[in-house]
Amino acid sequence: MSLFSKPKYSTVVVKKKDIPKGLWTKCPISGEIVFNKELEANQMVVPKSGYHFSISAKDRIAAMLDPGSFEEYDENVRTADPLEFVDSKNYLERIEDAKKSSGLNEAVVSGMGRIHQIPVSLAVMEFRFLVGSLGSAVGEKIARAAERALTQKCPLIIVSASGGARMQEGIFSLMQMAKISAVLARLHEAKLPYISIMTHPTTGGVTASYATLGDVNLAEPGAMICFAGPRVIKETTKQTLPPGFQTAEFLLQKGLIDQIVSRLEMRDRLGELLRALFVKRESAAVAAG
Amino acid sequence: MDTPAYTLEFEKPLRELTDQLDGLRQRSVENNLDLGSEIAGITAKIEATQRSIYSNLTPWQRVQIARHPKRPYALDYVGALCSGFQELHGDRQFNDDQALIGGTAFFKGEAVMIIAQQKGRDTKEKIARNFGMPQPEGYRKALRLMKLAEKFGLPVITFIDTPGAYPGIGSEERHVSEAIAVNLRGMAILRVPSISVVVGEGGSGGALGIGVTDRVLIFENSYYSVISPEGCAAILWKDAAAAPQAAAALKLDAANLGKFGIVNEVIPEPFGGAHHNPGKAAETLGYELQKHLNDLRGLTPERLLDTRYERFRNMGVYAETEVAVEA
Repeated sequence: MSLFSKPKYSTVVVKKKDIPKGLWTKCPISGEIVFNKELEANQMVVPKSGYHFSISAKDRIAAMLDPGSFEEYDENVRTADPLEFVDSKNYLERIEDAKKSSGLNEAVVSGMGRIHQIPVSLAVMEFRFLVGSLGSAVGEKIARAAERALTQKCPLIIVSASGGARMQEGIFSLMQMAKISAVLARLHEAKLPYISIMTHPTTGGVTASYATLGDVNLAEPGAMICFAGPRVIKETTKQTLPPGFQTAEFLLQKGLIDQIVSRLEMRDRLGELLRALFVKRESAAVAAG
Repeated sequence: MDTPAYTLEFEKPLRELTDQLDGLRQRSVENNLDLGSEIAGITAKIEATQRSIYSNLTPWQRVQIARHPKRPYALDYVGALCSGFQELHGDRQFNDDQALIGGTAFFKGEAVMIIAQQKGRDTKEKIARNFGMPQPEGYRKALRLMKLAEKFGLPVITFIDTPGAYPGIGSEERHVSEAIAVNLRGMAILRVPSISVVVGEGGSGGALGIGVTDRVLIFENSYYSVISPEGCAAILWKDAAAAPQAAAALKLDAANLGKFGIVNEVIPEPFGGAHHNPGKAAETLGYELQKHLNDLRGLTPERLLDTRYERFRNMGVYAETEVAVEA
C-alpha cells in the first residue's frame, strides 16, 4: 500500500459524488473510510487521498477568505422567466425547488472580502442550484462582481462550477457569456488581476467565457473541465476518448490551466499570487485598509 | 415559382400539387388536349397552399429552412455583394480552419473585413468545411483578422452559420472554449465598427464566438439559440424527437429575437425561404448592411465601444427586489 499508493492527483476518471449522507463516507479513489465530521472539517477533502468532494459555495467562501471578511452583495437579484419556459415542469417551479434544496436564491454567491488582507471581489458558483447553470440572474451577479473589482480597484476571483448555459432562459442565457466577457475586457484593460478557479465540473458556456479568461487559471484536483461533454463528443465523432480526457490534470498538461491547487491550499496560493500580481511585494500589509 | 429539388417534410403537400401540375401540362402537350381549366385550378390551389404553409411557419419549420441544403451560404452573399474578396488563411499557430474563413473585400466600394462561417455544398466540400463546425483555429484566425481590421481601420462584417463549434477530441485538446472566450472579450473592445448577420444557423457559443458586434442582423428564417432544439429536447424532454416543442419553447426564431432586442434587424426573405430567390435575399441584405454601416461609420471609437458595451451589459432579464433603505 505504501509503496504503490495512489498519486495525489489521480487522472483516473471517477464520478464525483455529492455531499455524502450518513456518518461515514468511502473515498471513491482510495476506498478509505472517512468520518463525515472529519471530512467537513477538512473542506470536504479526503485527508489521505486528497479526493475533493464538492463543497457548498458558502462553506468555500468561509474557508477561502480571511475569517469574517466576507460581505455578500446582490443577494436580492432573482430569477425571472423571460421565455415563460415550460417543459415537463415550469421553470419558476424548478427555481423554487432549487432555492429550497440549496438555501440560496441563485447559482452564485458574490460579494467582497479579503485574502491575506488583500481586498477582493468574489463570485462563487453553486453547482447544487440547477447544476450551476448560467442564467440572467447569475450573469448579472457575476458582471456586477467584475464591475465592483473595477470601481474598488481590486482583484476579481470567480470560482466556477457549472453544467453550462441555462436552457430555460434560451438566448438570454447565451448572451450572459458576452455580457460577462465585456466587463472582463474592461477589467483586463484596467490591468486588475482576475483569477479564475475551475472546480468540478466546469463545462459549456461557462468554460467558453469567463472560466478560461483568467490572468491566472487555477483548477481543483480531479475537476472535469470541458466545452462539449464526453457523451456529445462520442456521439458526434464516434471516437474513443483518451484516458483522463477533460480532467484538470489533462488540461494542465495540455496548457489550459496554470496550476492545480488543492482546496486546502487555495487561500495561501491566492494570497501568494495576488501579492505578486497586485501588491507587487512580498508583504501584503500595504494593501490592507 | 421554381421548385427546389429538395423538399422539406412540411412542404410535401406543395410538392404533390406541383407534380400534378407538371403531369397535367405534359399530358396536355402530348395528347394535344385543352386542360386549361384544370391547370388553372391546380395553380390556384398551389398558391393557396403556399400561402397557408409559408405564412404560418412554426419555429421548428424555420429551423429546417435555416438548415436547407440549398440555402445561400456566406460565400454566396459575399460573392453577390462584394468584389475583390481576398481570403486570408490560418491562425498563424496551428492550422487553417475552412469552416470559419475570412479576408478583405470591397462592399459598395469600401474596404471591409469579412469573417464567415461556411458550410459545404457537396459531400467533398462538406467534409472539408467540417459541416460548418469551426475548431479553435477558426476562432483564433477570426480574431487575428479582426485585429488586422482594427489596425487598418476596416469595418468587420461577420456571417454566422454554424450548428455549433466542433465537439471533437482535438477541438477540446486545443481549447475551443478558450478560443471562443478570448473572442468574446476581444470583440467587446475592438475599435472598429462591426456587424454580424445570422444567415442560417446561429448555434450557441460557436455562433456567439463571432457575434459580439455593434449590430446583429438576422434573416427571417434563421435561428439563434443557446442549444440546438434536438439537444434541448434530449435533455429536458428526454427525447430528441421533441425538437419541435423545444424549438417553440426556446423562442429561437428571428421574430422573437427581434422582440427581445437580441437582434437589431430581421431581414425579410423571399417567400418560402432565401433559397427560392438567393439574388433577392442578397439584395435585401446589401441594403441593410449599408444602412447599418453608414450609421456606425460616423461614430468615434469611444462612442462605438461605449454603445457596444451597454448593448451587451444590459442583456438578460432578472428581477431585483428592493432593499429597504432607512430614511
